[in-house]
Amino acid sequence: MPDALTLRALRKSYPGVVAVDSLDLDVAAGECFGLLGPNGAGKTTTIEICEGLTTPDSGEVLVLGRRWRSDARELRERLGIQLQETQLSDKLTVEETVRLFRSFYRTGRPVDDVIALVQLGEKRRARVGTLSGGQKQRLALACALVGDPELLFLDEPTTGLDPQARRQLWELIDAFRATGRTTLLTTHYMDEAERLCDRVAIVDHGKVIALGSPRELIASLGAEHVLEFSAPRSIERLSLDTLRALPGVHDARHDDGEFQLEITELHRAVPALLGELAQHGLEMTELRTRSATLEDVFVSLTGRHLRDD
Amino acid sequence: MTDSTVTLPAGDVQRPTAPAAPRRRLVDHSLVQLTLVRYREFIREPEAVFWVFVFPILLAAGLGLAFRNRPVDVQRIAVLASAPGAQALASALQQDHALSVQVLDDSAAARALRTGEVALVAIPRGDRSVTYRFDDTRPEARTARLLVDDAVQRAAGRQDPVGVAEQKVREHGSRYIDFVIPGLLGMNLMGSGIWGIGFAIVDARKRRLLKRLIATPMSRSEYLASFLFSRLTWLLLEVVTLLGFGVLVFDVPLRGSVVQLFAICLLAALTFGAMGLLIASRARTVEGASGLMNLVMLPMWVFSGVFFSSSNFPAAMQPFIQALPLTAVNNALRANMLQGAGIDALWGSLAIQAVWLVGCFVLALKLFRWR
Repeated sequence: MPDALTLRALRKSYPGVVAVDSLDLDVAAGECFGLLGPNGAGKTTTIEICEGLTTPDSGEVLVLGRRWRSDARELRERLGIQLQETQLSDKLTVEETVRLFRSFYRTGRPVDDVIALVQLGEKRRARVGTLSGGQKQRLALACALVGDPELLFLDEPTTGLDPQARRQLWELIDAFRATGRTTLLTTHYMDEAERLCDRVAIVDHGKVIALGSPRELIASLGAEHVLEFSAPRSIERLSLDTLRALPGVHDARHDDGEFQLEITELHRAVPALLGELAQHGLEMTELRTRSATLEDVFVSLTGRHLRDD
Repeated sequence: MTDSTVTLPAGDVQRPTAPAAPRRRLVDHSLVQLTLVRYREFIREPEAVFWVFVFPILLAAGLGLAFRNRPVDVQRIAVLASAPGAQALASALQQDHALSVQVLDDSAAARALRTGEVALVAIPRGDRSVTYRFDDTRPEARTARLLVDDAVQRAAGRQDPVGVAEQKVREHGSRYIDFVIPGLLGMNLMGSGIWGIGFAIVDARKRRLLKRLIATPMSRSEYLASFLFSRLTWLLLEVVTLLGFGVLVFDVPLRGSVVQLFAICLLAALTFGAMGLLIASRARTVEGASGLMNLVMLPMWVFSGVFFSSSNFPAAMQPFIQALPLTAVNNALRANMLQGAGIDALWGSLAIQAVWLVGCFVLALKLFRWR
């Protein structure tokens, strides 16, 4: 199988900002690929270049082995697209909206099937304006799926949705992936990328700074666990180097009054840490351990969090 | 060539091409679907329906009532009761049906004259002379003086040296309602063309719906054509309701060819639609577009002879006024409806419209932004 998507030395700048900076990417057919990064990392610009909505300043874009310049019409038939901020017409019903989008494609799926697939059967005759955020997002997905696409682009599909609506949408994306087709999605939710994606590219300042399956990326930290603790007045007496030297500790950071340790062996690191604190006469006020996530990968690569809220 | 012998490059996905696509019902054609969306969005916006269909009729009804032609005016006058021969004068004046005569005493007559209740007070003198007391700055008082004097002189046995005969002609087509209905029709065509197309497009752009649509294989020209088709349907209804109202309620004449009248309306709708498209070609907010629309339409509401003739404006302004598309539309509509002029007599107005249509449309296509 050739790659569903190939990007080479892609570059796009807007006045005052380089949105995409010599970005390379290969998405294999059949995989669910995630672009993970903070807001403003260039994810949307990248996906819109792939969708043929934005022209790059330079670089090469191959979608399903085709180029936008020569095969735009054919490509549009074969892609399913959901944009970040589209508001479909409030005055149309769910069914009318899907039927409209179906009419644009030469071949596609029956309107009723797609509506049932995204679980809007009961809302078929409801006006779009009356739908909840999650229902609107599922309708947007229905509009993306009704042309029976080989490649699905989803830009921040679950942003602003409540947890239940997000899980519902994830199941739909899973179902699409199960048909063996390709998905490219952007997100700034690490749990979403971990849950959905076969592979993830972590994007920051228009560049891919890490690439691999979520498991590989987390493993690349060299530590499977994260230990977070607070100890008042400890920063003056406890150096990060001391902490890094403890057995079972891979790396240490201090952030916002709290220490974060990347841990390879929890059973050795915890007693060692407690001993170190006792030696300095420090009191521990909080202690948490958890499995490492893609967020930790991003933090270890950039020193920043994915979301600053 | 047969597909079976062709070796596709490894991995190339083979897809059915256009001719292989199954036949679909007409209603599933994208142009039909896009046009249906236009209808639905319009009908489901009750305010738009009011402004396009109900408002012009209310306006026409109001103007028609306010400026209806009254029966011949009757002038109210008084004869001073204390004067000698007052009753005889009063009965002589009552012979004239254009006069309504009261006999009043001094104070009542003075008050009635002051308040305008009567236009004139006639005071007979003993010596066969009559004094007329009236305010000569008031037109109805001057009319009353002429009528009263005529009646007085006739009653006294005046013989006219020249014999006259009267032929009364009260023709439709010269009333205010006859003037204003074509004007309202033109104004309505302008409003629904510019607003109807402009707002829908700017709204779709603001919602990023335009961007979403061009991410599909939708034909962009079909999208624009859907506006055209829906406008033409509503146009027919708009014209029929307003003209029907004018003809049935006010008996407004339709002297020209009705087919040609619709052709004029069609050209007008296309012209104003193109202007709406041009205004909407770049605007990103409904507020911005709304300001632009008012800027474009306001001069035409004032200058283009909707409610009063554009010839009221100074000669120096006439070249500008005559070049406005609404002036051309109104002139053509009035010439057709009121004078029965044929298309061949209207080429000037139609040419002005055509220039606006082509100019706006070409510029709009050049400037149009889909994102």
